[in-house]
Parts: sequence; structure tokens; C-alpha cells
Amino acid sequence: MTGTSNGTMNGTPRKERPAEPLLVAEDLVVEYPSKGWRKPPFRVLKGVSISIGAGETLGLVGESGSGKTTLGRAVLGLAPIASGTVRFDGKVISGLGAKERRALSSDIQVVFQDPYTSLNPAMTVNDILSEPLRVAGTPRAEAEKRVRDLLDHVRLPADAGERLPREFSGGQRQRIAIARALSRDPRVIVCDEPVSALDLSTQARVLDLFVEIQERTGVAYLFVTHDLSVVRHISHRVAVMRGGEIIETGDAATVTTAPQHPYTQRLLLAAPVPDPQRQAERRAERRRLAAVLAAGTSTEVPTNASMSGDRA
Amino acid sequence: MKLPDSDDTTGAVAPAVAAQGRAGILRRLLRNPVAVTCLVLLALISLASLFAPLLTSQDPARSSLTDSLAPMSGKHPLGGDGVGRDVLARLLYGGRTSLLGALLAVAVAVVIGVPAGLVAGYYRKWFDAVSSWVSNLLMAVPAIIVLLVVMSAVGQNTYLAMAVFGVLMSPGVFRLIRASVISVREELYVDAARVSGLTDARIIRRHILPVVQAPTIIQAAQMLGLGIVIQSGLEFLGLGSATQASWGSMLNDAFGNIYTKPELMVWPGLALAVTVAAFGLLGNALRDALDGTAVTGRKPSRGATTRKPGAEKKAPPVISEAQDTDDALLVLEGLTVSYPTAQGEKTVVDGVCLTVRRGEVLGLVGESGSGKSQTAFAILGLLPREAQVATTRLEFDGTELGRLGRAAMNRYRGHRIAYVPQEPMSNLDPSFRIGAQLVEPVRRHLGLSAAEARTKTLGLLERVGISDPERVFRAYPHQISGGMAQRVLIAGAVSCEPDLLIADEPTTALDVTVQAEVLDLMRSLQSERNMGVILVTHDFGVVADLCDRVTVMQTGAVVESAPVDQLFADPQHPYTRMLLASTLEDAEPRSALSLSRTVSASAAGAVGIAGTTDPAGVTNSAGITNTGRQEGPA
Repeated sequence: MTGTSNGTMNGTPRKERPAEPLLVAEDLVVEYPSKGWRKPPFRVLKGVSISIGAGETLGLVGESGSGKTTLGRAVLGLAPIASGTVRFDGKVISGLGAKERRALSSDIQVVFQDPYTSLNPAMTVNDILSEPLRVAGTPRAEAEKRVRDLLDHVRLPADAGERLPREFSGGQRQRIAIARALSRDPRVIVCDEPVSALDLSTQARVLDLFVEIQERTGVAYLFVTHDLSVVRHISHRVAVMRGGEIIETGDAATVTTAPQHPYTQRLLLAAPVPDPQRQAERRAERRRLAAVLAAGTSTEVPTNASMSGDRA
Repeated sequence: MKLPDSDDTTGAVAPAVAAQGRAGILRRLLRNPVAVTCLVLLALISLASLFAPLLTSQDPARSSLTDSLAPMSGKHPLGGDGVGRDVLARLLYGGRTSLLGALLAVAVAVVIGVPAGLVAGYYRKWFDAVSSWVSNLLMAVPAIIVLLVVMSAVGQNTYLAMAVFGVLMSPGVFRLIRASVISVREELYVDAARVSGLTDARIIRRHILPVVQAPTIIQAAQMLGLGIVIQSGLEFLGLGSATQASWGSMLNDAFGNIYTKPELMVWPGLALAVTVAAFGLLGNALRDALDGTAVTGRKPSRGATTRKPGAEKKAPPVISEAQDTDDALLVLEGLTVSYPTAQGEKTVVDGVCLTVRRGEVLGLVGESGSGKSQTAFAILGLLPREAQVATTRLEFDGTELGRLGRAAMNRYRGHRIAYVPQEPMSNLDPSFRIGAQLVEPVRRHLGLSAAEARTKTLGLLERVGISDPERVFRAYPHQISGGMAQRVLIAGAVSCEPDLLIADEPTTALDVTVQAEVLDLMRSLQSERNMGVILVTHDFGVVADLCDRVTVMQTGAVVESAPVDQLFADPQHPYTRMLLASTLEDAEPRSALSLSRTVSASAAGAVGIAGTTDPAGVTNSAGITNTGRQEGPA
């Protein structure tokens, strides 16, 4: 609960300059060194700007290789930022030293995609959940109490703490990962495809949990996913990424039902609807759009048709 | 949307599993008779060496000519050696030299190798480069020659030689540790620990050392054996300290008297063999004990869910169509698949019946563990050997497949029944060109010549929408994208004009735009060739797109089977209804910051792309923050 104390009751910005959203990324460029001598580095993000307000969910959609996961990792300080800035609560957090970065851990947290590898298999759930608290200097007894509360919040039984991650199903493990992210009352959680590995019915329940937690705690989500229907369900606003750039942003209803950019339209029409008649209509619509694109200037080269090793 | 809370939230896990496994490596080790024997032997040998002065009153170095090659007696229980020293005393004291020397070597190797491996693996960069280079250099050096040089240079000191040998062994430890650290470092839980604010030292201690521990202990056990062998070898060559008793020098002495008193070889030889073998076997047993944890720690294989007998009352399956099997291409009745496990037999498919007509697309839908893939593999006859498969009827185009031998089944598989897998990349052999992989089955099944097969394959590649078939034909799998690999596999599947195509989640690994194209391709190929298709999937969107009929499976059994329109319009079974309710497609989009409708417009402005912020909106969104967080749990 840091930072909320200094007088935002009436919404007055705490500093003189105009306040900005909780988390802002500006012209973010991320580059990974290429293999091979003197090759130019591989640019994954090409000047991306996003912002997330407190208590808001920004859905980040894109296909594989679009850079959506990298953007999340850059916010977490896990990806090498070549230029541009990330600001949290008005302070620049890109390029911080290890110590300052650690201080941010109470404010910015993460839930990863794969619930099978994001929990240390050798540690009990209690140890996993209390670790971030103990790092922050919480006394043992208090940490134990907090862990019980957290398990309750994510609707896991109280005795779950004594067990190892492998004794839980995928959905339950993801709940543990969510509890870990919540343990120190963060203000932003980066969610990297947190429901992609889950079954359909489990997925819906975990998403409901995300929404419920947000409504209760006011945490903001940067929600990375490839699934437009997931994004529609959870996001207030949506940003669509392609090839390391954001090509469209807007509120969730607009982007996921009436997108402007041809690529987003293509993305939307490509996702099959679970209704045979409507899917037939959507299929016809998709073919019509494809025909229009093909007949047009045809600058739109479908990425999958290019023969290259860029999917390595 | 409110969903019933199923077992996902109740945490129905047998607590017995919890205790097992964690309680440990030690207990599992003690359950292994070989390990126990080794541990007892090693303990005896160590204790005997340690308490040598209590076990014998003889001085191992005192020689007396009268006792030279003395027989066993009360004074010399194992007799005397070539220069009249007591064999038992030398054996006991010699154990000290051998064990301490080996321990020293291993300690040196571990003390150098583990920290260097940890730092190199965790931080990489220049230290990794330099230390790897040094380690490679050390490994290239012939150890025995270095030891001979050292001993001739600094004198015959056994322990110094073993310390040097430890340095020479350290690259082995270094490489092992470095490799394990690098693989653990990629794990998401290490990333999560970094995000949690753990220091590097703490991450290494809490998350990385425990993983590295096991291989280090195994390696150390093996190295102890090796150390004893090398040390004895040096002593045998007469390079050890002349005054110190050791097993190697005993062998040396015995070798000198091999014709006069060959039994002298027995005692040191026995001691060496037993000790070295014990270390080696203990290392293996440790590895097995640790592997036990590793295996149970892996994620459960798909479809391997244990069914709780009688835990839930299932509604009977709803089959909403006449079971008319006259024009059926494939009829499957009463399929049961089970696997033997430690807890008894586990049934993953239980009495599944399904029918595919010619030219019909059957969707086989279910969540993980429903047995849908197992069913598909059972039809193909491709289940693993340990699977126990039983069917009352498996009829393909009038032939009962269940009774066919392997050779007969091979004539159907790939020819009349084709298969498209989930992971296109792992189903292409990376060491062969794509053309070769496509041509081979065509030649085999259709008996075409090489040239004919090539023409046919190129035509197929073009048919599946590959714009430059010649190039793809010559390419290796790693040179094409995932979507194109799936097209190639589809081309391969339809190359022999099959009557039935079984596709197991053919688009799950693909991006959504590519998925749409691949589904289009499958639809057009299906109608063009009038194929029957079994499409295994978990995605109701894909079902709606492609299927004529749908069979829904839950925990190994069919719960509902209906024509596609009917299933979506009027699902009968509660499980089907639950699944359809879980799809998010028709969910209401969230409005911008639903906490306060009145501010949503300006809040949306405030949280727009950075730079377009307007201060008025921020006021509101900040206010929302406050209310929101006051209701927080803390």
C-alpha cells in the first residue's frame, strides 16, 4: 500500500508537474545481441509506448514474435532496454541498478504463463508464498498469517501451504502464482499469458479471479495474451502489437469488436467463434477482407508465407 | 458469468503423496539394499582406518627381517610382507592414506569447481568465457603426466599429488555445475524470484544450489573412487611417500613377491576393489534416488488423470442421432485404454464409442485428461507398448483393425488412415530435407517411381498453398515456419489419398491467423477428396468452423454426441453446457475502468498513449485508485 497515503484523496497530483498514469513506457526499444560477429543486434521492440492507470487492465495482444512478452519483461526489468524509458509512479525505473530495482519488487509483480515452471518444484507452497515477504523483512509469524490470507484470497484450501507445487492442477498452480504476486500488495502485475496453458473451464475461473482481485485491491494489470476473447473479458483497454510495434490501441469494446487497423481486423476474423452459423459468416467476412487486401496495394504480406528462419 | 466451482478450487489431492518424495532422498536411499550395503562397507572401512591404533598394536612402518613373508599368526594376523612389516597394520593405516588422499582431491575439485561453475553459469559474460577456456585447457592436459612431473619436482608427497589431481578434476565439476545452473536459470521461477526482489546471493542459495547439490554429490562419489584408484596407481609406481603405508605401496611390495607369496596381493587388492566399487555403486544409487524426485516433479503426461471412482455421479451420455452404422467409414465401440501404475491400473479411456461416416468431419472435444488424444492414437494403433487396449469393435471400411498384425496395420496407416499431429516441427525429421520425407511414403504406399513421386509431391505442396514448392521441397524443416510445416504435414497426410484423416489438435500450436488458413485448407481438402476426418481439439471455435458432428469427452468417457448445429444450439449434457458457458467469445467486453461509470470517458483519455494525457482525467483515475485500494485486504 505504498504511495497511496500522500494525499490523493481529492485527486491532487503529489508533485507540481502534471501527474501521469501509474506505469508509462515511452519509445521503448529492446535489443538482444545477435549470434555471430559484428552482426547488428536483434531489435525486438521498436519504440513502443504504453501507459496503464491505477486499477486498470491494459490487454496486450499479438501473435508469436510480436514482442508482447518482451514488453512485459522490459517493464519487469528482465529485458535489456536499449533506449526509451519506463516510468512507474512518476519515477524512471528503466536502467536502475540491482538494488533500486529490488526496492520496486513490492510494487511491480508478475504472473507467468507456464504454471509448471514458474513455481520451484522443491519448495512447499508456504515457502514459495512467504519468500517475497521474508525478503521484505516481514517477521515469520506475520508472514505465516499473510500466507493463509493469500491462500484464502485465491480460494485454495488452507492446508495447501504444506504441499509441493506438483500436487496441484494447472489452474491451482496458477492460483499459487497469483497469490505470490499479490503477497506484497503490488500496484501493477504483469500477467504473461497466465491462462494460455489452462483448460477452457479453468481458464474462465482464473480470469474471474483476476477481475475479482482487481476490483478488491485496485491493482493494475498489464495483461499479455494472444487470445482476443481473453483480452476482451479482462481488459479495460487493449493494445495490439505486431512486429515489435503497437499498431492499434483503444478501449476493449472498440478494439475487440470494431477494430480499425486491417491487421487487427484480420486477427479478429481469424479467431473462430463457437457457433457454426456465426463462424460461417465470420469466415466469409475474413475471405472478403483477404480478397480486398490482395487486390489492393498488396503491401500486406502475410508473415507466415515468408520462407525464413525467423521463428527459430 | 458464474461457473460451478469444480475440483480446480477444492484442491483434491491425496495428502499421502505430499509426505512421500519430500521426506527424502535419504529414506529412498536407505530403501535400496545396494546403497545400504555400500554405506555399511564404506563406514566399516573408514572406521577401521580411523581407529587403526586400537585394532592393531603393530607399527605399519616397522620392518623386521625375521618376519619377512611371515605366515598368518597371532602376532601377524595377516602375516608379514616382503620386508617383514605387519600386513594388517599396513592395510588399516593404508586406508587412511587412500581415503584421505581421495577426499582431499575431491574437496579441492569441489571447492574450485562449484563456486566457479555457479558464478560462470549465473552471471555468464566474461567470467564464463575465461573460466570455460581455462577448464577446457585443464581437461586437455594429460593428468598422469602432470602428476609425475609435480612429484618429481616437489618430492614424493602423496597429499600434494592428490591436491594437484583435485585441480585437474575440477573442470569436470565446473562443467557439470555450470550446465545445471544455466538450465535452472532459464526457469521461470528464477525470474519470479528476481521480480520478488531477492538478491542474487539469495537466489543462488535458495533456488539454484538445491538443484546443483544432487549432481555434485553424485559426481563426488564417483570422483572419490577415481581418486583412490589414481592415488594407488601412483603409490604402486613407487611415487608415494616411502614412510607412509598405503594400499598402492602394499600392492607394489606384493608385486615384488608375487611368485613367493601371491596371497599378499589379495588384501590390498580386495580393499581397493571393495572401496572403489562401493563408491561407484553408491553414486549410482544416489542418482536413482534423486531421479525419483525428478520424475515425480515433472508435469503429468496428458491424459493421465486418475479417476476418482464414484466421486461424481455422471449423467449418462447423450447420443442424439440414430446409431446407423451402415455407411460408416469407421466404427469404434467399447474402446478401453488403461496403463499399469504403482497404484494399480489406471483407466484413461473407458468404453468410448464413435462413428465416422465417409466425407464427415467428427470433432472429438474435451479438456486435458479427457482421453481424446488417447482415443485417436488407439485408432491409429500408436499407443505406447505398456498401454492395455481393448475394443469390442474397431471396424474401418468393413475391416476389423483390432485383430490386424503390425505389418497389416502398416498398410492402412499412412495410406488409408492418415495423421496430422499437434506439433508440426517435432514431427519432421530435422536431418532430412522435406522433399525426401514426403516422397518416401508415396513411393512405398503407391509404388510410384522416384520421378513420379517427386512430381506428385510438388503438386501436393502447391495444393496446400505453398507458393514456392521447389524451394520448400529442397529445404530442411528448420528453414520453414511453423505454419508452413503444418501445411507440409497435411500435404504428407493426404499424399496417399486416405479415406480417414485423424488430426490431433492440428492448429493448437499455431498463431490464430495461421490457424484460420490451415483450417481453410483442411476444409477444402476434405470436401475435395471426400475424406472422413476425426478432429481432436479443445477449441469449440475450431469445432464450429470445421465439424459436422461432435463427440464430447470427459475423463475418458463420451458424455455427448450430436450434429454440430444441435450441440451448439441445444447442448444436453451438463458438462457440455459448462464447457460452452466457459467460452469467452460472447462475454461482455469490460468497459473502461468499471469502478466508476461517470469517469470512464475521461479516465480512458488519461490512460491513453503517453503524451496524450490530459490532467483532468488523471484526477479521476487517481481518485479511483484510492477508493479501490482502501478496500484492499491488508
